[in-house]
Amino acid sequence: MSNRGNVKIDERTVWEKIADQLRSRSMWMLHYCTGCGAVELPPSMTSRFDLERFGIGPMATPRQADIFLITGYLSVKTLRRVIYTYEKMPDPKYVIGFGSCTINGGIYYDSYATINRLDYYIPVDLYIAGCMPRPEAIFEAFTKLMEMIRKGEANGWKRYKENYEWYKQNQLRSLGEVIIHDEFHE
Amino acid sequence: MAVAARVAGVLLTAFFFGLTFEGIGRKVTARIQKRYGPPWYQNFIDVLKTLTKHGWTHGWIFDFGVVMALGGVIATLTFVPLGNFVAFPGLDNFFVIVYLFTVGALGMAMGMVGTGNPWASIGVARALTLMLGYEVPYLIVITSLLYNFKTSNISTIVEIQSVNGWNIFRFPIGALVAFICLQGMLGKEPFEAPIAPAEIASGPMVELSAKYMGLLMLMNTFMEFVEISIFVDLFLGGGNYFEFLLKYLTVWIFAIMISAVLPRFRIEQAVYFYWTVPLLLAFIQVFLVVAGM
Ligand code: SF4
Repeated sequence: MSNRGNVKIDERTVWEKIADQLRSRSMWMLHYCTGCGAVELPPSMTSRFDLERFGIGPMATPRQADIFLITGYLSVKTLRRVIYTYEKMPDPKYVIGFGSCTINGGIYYDSYATINRLDYYIPVDLYIAGCMPRPEAIFEAFTKLMEMIRKGEANGWKRYKENYEWYKQNQLRSLGEVIIHDEFHE
Repeated sequence: MAVAARVAGVLLTAFFFGLTFEGIGRKVTARIQKRYGPPWYQNFIDVLKTLTKHGWTHGWIFDFGVVMALGGVIATLTFVPLGNFVAFPGLDNFFVIVYLFTVGALGMAMGMVGTGNPWASIGVARALTLMLGYEVPYLIVITSLLYNFKTSNISTIVEIQSVNGWNIFRFPIGALVAFICLQGMLGKEPFEAPIAPAEIASGPMVELSAKYMGLLMLMNTFMEFVEISIFVDLFLGGGNYFEFLLKYLTVWIFAIMISAVLPRFRIEQAVYFYWTVPLLLAFIQVFLVVAGM
């Protein structure tokens, strides 16, 4: 779990505490999956495990999403889209990194086309270890995230604002430029 | 004063029971899919949560459109009789409701096109096309009903039904057509093309963030409330406040159950369907009414 620069003082107002309670009970996740891990999401959402019990459901656009799942390895090309998408999501937003590929590169650690550590580019609230994590592990992660939100510890989105320069530097170092050149973005 | 209390009563009913019934609907869908499903109050949490987030506007056309959509639907809602509970007695005319209803729909179309996102434009275009599909058979059936009773006042029709029996038994074909059209108005499968999350990224809602999303969810709830209430009043005999809610819930769950097991029509298939089967049935209904049967 990434807790860099986290001070353990709860400075939320009463309203923010109520808001965090609501946010933890209704999380919409973005329908944008990048690596092998996406395949574990359909069983978690459908009859066998049923994520909707916790108020977690898929949403089609970043504008309405609360959680962003990076499900596995990220190629450099996808990273640009991920950064775009992350910046389009409304605050507060939470990122979960799936599997060892997002932690240290996993089996793609020496690939020329993928990034190794997701935390350099966007702030990650929670990692799920494993290759690939089973739905049970995903549930564990979601309940942990709900708890973190309720306690006000899931503040990656604040870190991104505070350390924006640092994140931008890392993004530029790996990508050269963050702007996407294709027919959808120009 | 009494009017203000009654208006507040109608709005609070729509807010509380609208969202509760939506939650129950989600639960029913979940049970059909052999899932446990969210709690019944999930929709309250969803709406309140969206109000706590920090979103963006997309220019004043967008802001104005969202406010106009919600305001228009709230204005419509105050004229809808909930069984024998009417906010403005004597003014609950079918044409007033239909007329005011377009304000909300147009506000939504304007605001969503104002976001400039192509998916939103596609969604709005589909919604308006679908509207063209279901409005024709629906209005034909309702007009024949109004012609039969020689009044367009919904409360009067509710009262007549308390004496003569429910319209669903007197005009079964008309009720069937109206229910098929209701499914399209609610935007439930198989007439779900305007939203289509997996295809056009939830269409009109694609650029809505935070509180705008919350307001549009409320607007959607109120819209459903207006549509189903009119069906219950015209065909299921309204009744007192509690009977009304019970009938409302029955119609709503029935619509949900149909939508839970059906796939989605393409937009031109939906319009083609509406202009063949329901339209034909609507004409048969008109013929029966005019022939005095
Ligand atoms: S951690 Fe394993 S399962 Fe996940 S993306 Fe990497 S290689 Fe695939």
